[in-house]
Amino acid sequence: MNVHPLIEALSRIYETDRLLTRPAQLMAYESDALTAFQQRPAAVVIPQDRAEVIETVRLCHEHNVPFVARGSGTSLSGGSLPIAEGIVIALNRLDRILRLDAEERIAVVEPGVINLKVSEAAKPYGLYYAPDPSSQSICTIGGNVAFNSGGAHCLKYGMTSNHVLGMTVALPDGEVVELGGESLEGVGPDLPGFFVGSEGLFGVALEITLRLLPIPQTYRTVLAAYDTLHAAGDAVTAVVASGLLPGAIEIMDALAIKAAEVGAKAGYPTAPALLIVELEGEESAVEAEFAQLMQLIEETAPVEVRMAQTADERARIWKGRKAAFSAVGRLAPDYIVQDGVVPRSRLGDALAEIDRLSAGYGIEVANVFHAGDGNLHPLILFDGREEGALERAEELAGEILELCVELGGSITGEHGVGMEKRAFLPKMYGPLEMQAMEDVRRSVDSRSLSNRGKMLPVGEAESLTHAGPHPLEKAGVIFRE
Amino acid sequence: MRVRGGGSKPALSLRSCQDNAETLDLSGLKGVIDYQPDEYTFTARAGTRVADMAALLAEEGQYLPFDPPLAERGATLGGTVAAGLSGAGRYRYGGIRDFLIGIRFVDGRGQEIRGGGTVVKNAAGFDFPKLFVGSLGRLGILTELTFKVFPQPAAFATVAAEFDGLSDLLGALNAVTRSAIDLHAVDFAPAKEGWTLWVRIGGLPTVLQERAQALQSVVSTGVGRTSRLSLYREQEEGNLWKTARSMRWLTEGAGLVRIPLTPQRIPAVEEALSGANATTRRYSVGGNLLWLGWPDVSAPEEGEREAPQDLHCLLLDLDLQGIQLIGRARRGIAQGKGDYGEGEESPLLGRQLQNAFLRRIAAALDPEGRFEPW
Repeated sequence: MNVHPLIEALSRIYETDRLLTRPAQLMAYESDALTAFQQRPAAVVIPQDRAEVIETVRLCHEHNVPFVARGSGTSLSGGSLPIAEGIVIALNRLDRILRLDAEERIAVVEPGVINLKVSEAAKPYGLYYAPDPSSQSICTIGGNVAFNSGGAHCLKYGMTSNHVLGMTVALPDGEVVELGGESLEGVGPDLPGFFVGSEGLFGVALEITLRLLPIPQTYRTVLAAYDTLHAAGDAVTAVVASGLLPGAIEIMDALAIKAAEVGAKAGYPTAPALLIVELEGEESAVEAEFAQLMQLIEETAPVEVRMAQTADERARIWKGRKAAFSAVGRLAPDYIVQDGVVPRSRLGDALAEIDRLSAGYGIEVANVFHAGDGNLHPLILFDGREEGALERAEELAGEILELCVELGGSITGEHGVGMEKRAFLPKMYGPLEMQAMEDVRRSVDSRSLSNRGKMLPVGEAESLTHAGPHPLEKAGVIFRE
Repeated sequence: MRVRGGGSKPALSLRSCQDNAETLDLSGLKGVIDYQPDEYTFTARAGTRVADMAALLAEEGQYLPFDPPLAERGATLGGTVAAGLSGAGRYRYGGIRDFLIGIRFVDGRGQEIRGGGTVVKNAAGFDFPKLFVGSLGRLGILTELTFKVFPQPAAFATVAAEFDGLSDLLGALNAVTRSAIDLHAVDFAPAKEGWTLWVRIGGLPTVLQERAQALQSVVSTGVGRTSRLSLYREQEEGNLWKTARSMRWLTEGAGLVRIPLTPQRIPAVEEALSGANATTRRYSVGGNLLWLGWPDVSAPEEGEREAPQDLHCLLLDLDLQGIQLIGRARRGIAQGKGDYGEGEESPLLGRQLQNAFLRRIAAALDPEGRFEPW
């Protein structure tokens, strides 16, 4: 693959400070939040408007060069890992909120807009954007769309796809299409729903119409500490069976609590397990539901219960939880954030098995999870300087994913398949399903250029023609079938 | 091939298109495969009647919050998904697209393929369940469906308000939908004189009265003058929404057309309709959906155009899309190359559905064109 003619063509669109080709410039784009994988692209372009994005995609197609659209690079599955000899399209300057219509409760945004900025812009109108991934202060809507990002509040209001009404998309050959619209309802197949979570394989979203919700009048958050993880899990079952529909139900284990303490000074009680339950809505309704919730929680024999009385106290509870991932970095030199789903009623089985695996491997695992929807986030701690430590951690992570599939769950709840879990998708779906996905992808992107190598195995030899295997590829950590 | 379920949407299941098309009746492919109340999920065969499923869910205090329409007329789960239908309750937690989490379908090569999963949260692979919502049998034949469900609120209350004119109503609509009150459904329709707005809330019965009063004050401050308010509870309240779900308000013999829109488009739509021969209508989902009753001219006189053709032109002028569910479908006008052609019937009205993305997806799932075009 000769990428120079493409770079030559791109240089006619981009000034030199927006077309990066020198190794020192490219280094910042070699990796995303899955730092175990690194790859140097041939070039990075920094478009300023949608016309430049469309033209870049069109040129990549014309020159048969793969590309990766990238936002803030917070993917935990290697979703924005560059392709060797490919182009990275950095969308951070497409960061305009084009329209905020309070009456229709929608926001039309460019893909580089930061998630939290949408809620900030909507706040004066009493509205907010519901999906709240832990990285919401830096991650972009474009990335959220590509990977159908979740967050702590998915149980009640769903993930990104439940909040995207429409979009303008550049398909992988540069053809521009409109999907969906501004209404909550539509006619014909739900194309925005199909595009969201397609991990960049269907092209680049240029404009996204988001649904906004009225800010809940009030929140009531309770933190309960338990003697065992099992007891915390039983409390979740009791809450779910009661018919209450909390906005969030979270559990953290001892190691995650320790991390949150070290990292965010959350002031959590020291206990083997913490449960966070949050109700939201109208004052009077939440008040009545909270009384019911507290009664339920008392019956589950917690060792300590704290109720957030003020917005400050609520923020502190969430700060510890949202900081847990990065705080784990204080406990070990390296860690892998895993993301799997099991049926809610199998959470206890899953945690016991993770415990057993952790002991067997002699590798510490901290557990943080969205218990309400059975979404586990085991954080696997290791020291990358030790010979073979990363490989063993990866192996343990793989066993946890297989466990999720065996229990009838999913290999990813919200981080996506990306680079990291390509080998596991065929464990969840059979050959017919894999073929159907590949067929659709090929039909949409005949040259497999758009985010090649993510989600689906790469079926052609073309991408193997680059300058030599990556060290991790040599080590068997990354594969390019 | 064309697929038929419960036959509650004859404009979709009975239309005559290609002469050699076979009809596959899925009404016998029914039954619940798995229902896990603790997991908030169930899996059922596509021909399972919505009403049967709703009854089963109700035994566990659960429900499909999007109020699947036409259940009383025999609608099936598969037909509701393929037609992409959600009812008034869609306002609160989302539509059928948000509650369908897994599917099995037979593609154009006769292969049964699984999409999505059986857990409430899943981001692995392409989201085939969403793609099949509204797919109208064009992309594959649904055989099995997995839904997320929610606990049903212990009680509901509805505030009804009457307004002299549309602009008063739209003012109240804006006030109520932007308030922090958790609304389950917001519907409105023209009355004999003026307009009626229905706003539904649900939750613990102990505080429902208090919340209904708060809602009444928001509804009445949304307009310049005092509107006539009434509060419905219990069975009477339930009946109000049963009427909406079953489309009992529809005039006998009328066709039914479903038109997505936004509240801001409503004045223009009303103006366009004022000159047309429309009968009855109901706006739902906070003004995001119009259910339109349309006189069904099954055998037009010579020189007289079929009614859906008029509506098709009206929607084109407004840049809206619609889909006919009940009544005789429109003939003629091709929707795009390779699709529905001259003289064939189509339930689709207004702005064209086709685009490059959809064409490429259909080419992958049904390469030989086994399923009826849009």
